[in-house]
Amino acid sequence: MPPLITQHDLENRIHDFLAAHDPGSTDRLDFLRARFDAGLAWLHYPPGLGGLGLPRDRQPIAEKAFAAAGAPDNGPRRIGIGLGMAAPTILAFGSDEQKQRWLRPLWCGEEVWCQLFSEPGAGSDLAALATRAVRDGDDWVVNGQKVWTSMAHEARWAILVTRTDPDVPKHQGMTYFVLDMTAPGVEVRPLRQITGEAEFNEVFLTDVRIPDSQRLGAVGEGWKVAQTTLMNERVAIGGGASPRESGMIGVLAKTWRENEKVRDAALHDRLMTLWVAAEAARLTAQRLSAQLAAGQPGPEGSAAKYAFATLNQQISGLELELLGEEALRYDDWTMRRPDTVDFVGRSPGYRYLRSKGNSIEGGTSEILLNIIAERVLGLPGEIRADKDVAWKDLPR
Amino acid sequence: MSDELLYSETEEELRTAVADLLADRAPWSAVLARTETAEPYDAQLWKALGTGIGAAGLLIPEELGGAGATLREAAVVAEELGKAVAPVPFLGNLMATELLLAARESGNGTAAAAEDLLRGIASGEVTAVIAIPFTRSPDTTYKGRVSVTPWPPREAPHPARLTGKVTSVAGAQTADVLLVPSDGSIYVVQAADARITPVTTLDMTRVLSDVEFDDTPGQLLAIRYEPLSQALLSGAAILASEQLGLAEQCLTTTVEYVKTRHQFGRAVGSYQGLKHRLAQLWVQIAQARAVARHAVSATGAEREIAVAIAQAHCSAVAVQAAEECVQMHGGIGFTWEHPAHLYLKRAKSSSIALGSPTRHRRRLAELVDLPAS
Repeated sequence: MPPLITQHDLENRIHDFLAAHDPGSTDRLDFLRARFDAGLAWLHYPPGLGGLGLPRDRQPIAEKAFAAAGAPDNGPRRIGIGLGMAAPTILAFGSDEQKQRWLRPLWCGEEVWCQLFSEPGAGSDLAALATRAVRDGDDWVVNGQKVWTSMAHEARWAILVTRTDPDVPKHQGMTYFVLDMTAPGVEVRPLRQITGEAEFNEVFLTDVRIPDSQRLGAVGEGWKVAQTTLMNERVAIGGGASPRESGMIGVLAKTWRENEKVRDAALHDRLMTLWVAAEAARLTAQRLSAQLAAGQPGPEGSAAKYAFATLNQQISGLELELLGEEALRYDDWTMRRPDTVDFVGRSPGYRYLRSKGNSIEGGTSEILLNIIAERVLGLPGEIRADKDVAWKDLPR
Repeated sequence: MSDELLYSETEEELRTAVADLLADRAPWSAVLARTETAEPYDAQLWKALGTGIGAAGLLIPEELGGAGATLREAAVVAEELGKAVAPVPFLGNLMATELLLAARESGNGTAAAAEDLLRGIASGEVTAVIAIPFTRSPDTTYKGRVSVTPWPPREAPHPARLTGKVTSVAGAQTADVLLVPSDGSIYVVQAADARITPVTTLDMTRVLSDVEFDDTPGQLLAIRYEPLSQALLSGAAILASEQLGLAEQCLTTTVEYVKTRHQFGRAVGSYQGLKHRLAQLWVQIAQARAVARHAVSATGAEREIAVAIAQAHCSAVAVQAAEECVQMHGGIGFTWEHPAHLYLKRAKSSSIALGSPTRHRRRLAELVDLPAS
């Protein structure tokens, strides 16, 4: 049973905390560390690990109170992979020592995390991955290549899935690690994408040594651990409540309101259809957050992520059609290394191109539909030719 | 608050009561059989639902004998009725109730008459409908083709004579009382005094009638149209929940079927060609639930926006679900003996009723300042 703390108690605690740690005069990092130690970071985490064991829906109370007091935040967009994916996995599978070591600097934004899952030969079929980890004394020696890795160039740590037993079917032979990105043998190269910039990286691992103490979960249980990460990823990508006309539909609506010359009768009904679709997705995300307040992320997160991807692509496509001549121009093809995806700050062409990634990153739309069909509707699974075959014998 | 998008415990209890009744009294085979009789509406079922469970007086205040509930509870009833395509005049009676409740507040001396009718509805003695074509949307500027004498109407309640015809009225066949809009005012007419002719209707489970008045006696109820648009708005909100229920039922039935139907040595539901469409439909239905809940919870200026969103979205989802239901059942889905057609006919008709999706999007454009030109 979580401790019974009312909203009033919580507000009092935050008030007392702010009285003792003046946001105006306290060093940013000191403030964040103290907030973590007071259990006021992620409230649903256990006491001692930045939380108070409260229901998830209490978080907005804290965020509001800290924002109102002008408190520094932990730069949540920059450390999204840590917050959204690494942390829940460490919480679920880490030892006490591992939780103590990693969660505090993660939440405070001192240490950026990245995710080493996808490989050139293992995208949708993640469980086919080929990066090998071989036991050597107290260490594991890792060789392989990962791809589509956001923030790898800034990350201190990575969550990594590897193949430790090639002689068993693919799902059984994987093991999950935390990798020190500064370890010898880790090489990060930018991967330029269709927008001209490079959010992502390729990561080459050559004889990288990982101490066994950085393993998450049992040897051979990597797939199970990775599932936890992926479920949380989809919630992070698709979920969350937001105000009406936030995101891309807001940009499109603004364009329509401000430029009379773009208004066209046929496009108007398409605009309104997408406006309704955006509202439907927004209200559904809001409903999902209300449901999540009680429980854990489930396949509904996949639905939210699917809806968000489809909508972004349709809206950005319509925006280019509306703009006509202006749509033929692009703001900048310069190769850059952005920390976050900024849909709203860039040009319409950028939005159109970048949104193509939404239906690929974090699970393709096709895989998400499989998940909904199989786990929610109970329809038969895909025929798996590789089910009982040792990983080493699979065609590649 | 986002909790309003969820269901309360009371709402779930009401749902169970309605679902149990419908499972017992309105299996689809019975609904189908009834469509070919002279009594397309099920009077016994309506009595059990209306007074047994109290669905007829759900919105009526307790002091007038009703349950004093809100549109949220009514929406749960509508979801279950949509799942069963049940032939009862719940929606029409609800809109008439909303009109009477609004007229009761209008304070032009007709409150007592409105209250009498509301008491009658709550007790199950009276079923009322608004005599208006079922296609009319809440932002209607409907004047009607019924003329009234004396004209112009006086403020106080007074007897009048009505002459004219209203086409495609839903639920008129079982109504005891008609609420007749005419040129800005609303009159109460006893159904027995009007000529009500059922028409052959696309939706066989919600039969429409043409209603004719020939120097028919009526009584003034309201001299403004505001109550009418509010009643239609409530009707459109409730219809969205009915469409949600219908879509859910179509999805459930179809998913069950594609798991058992085998072709080429596999369950047809194992093919991505079907799986993905069913998953997409599930996503649409999850969204329909959120917008439908919002439509029956929103108040003030947000209410009209929320209802337009819900109608634009849920109409399309119900049609998509019913069309997929027919298609994925293959040959059997095209037959008279399978219930899919009942759902398709209800879905397509409902999408046109109380304003088409296009109409609602156009209204929404005005409400959220996205003008067409």
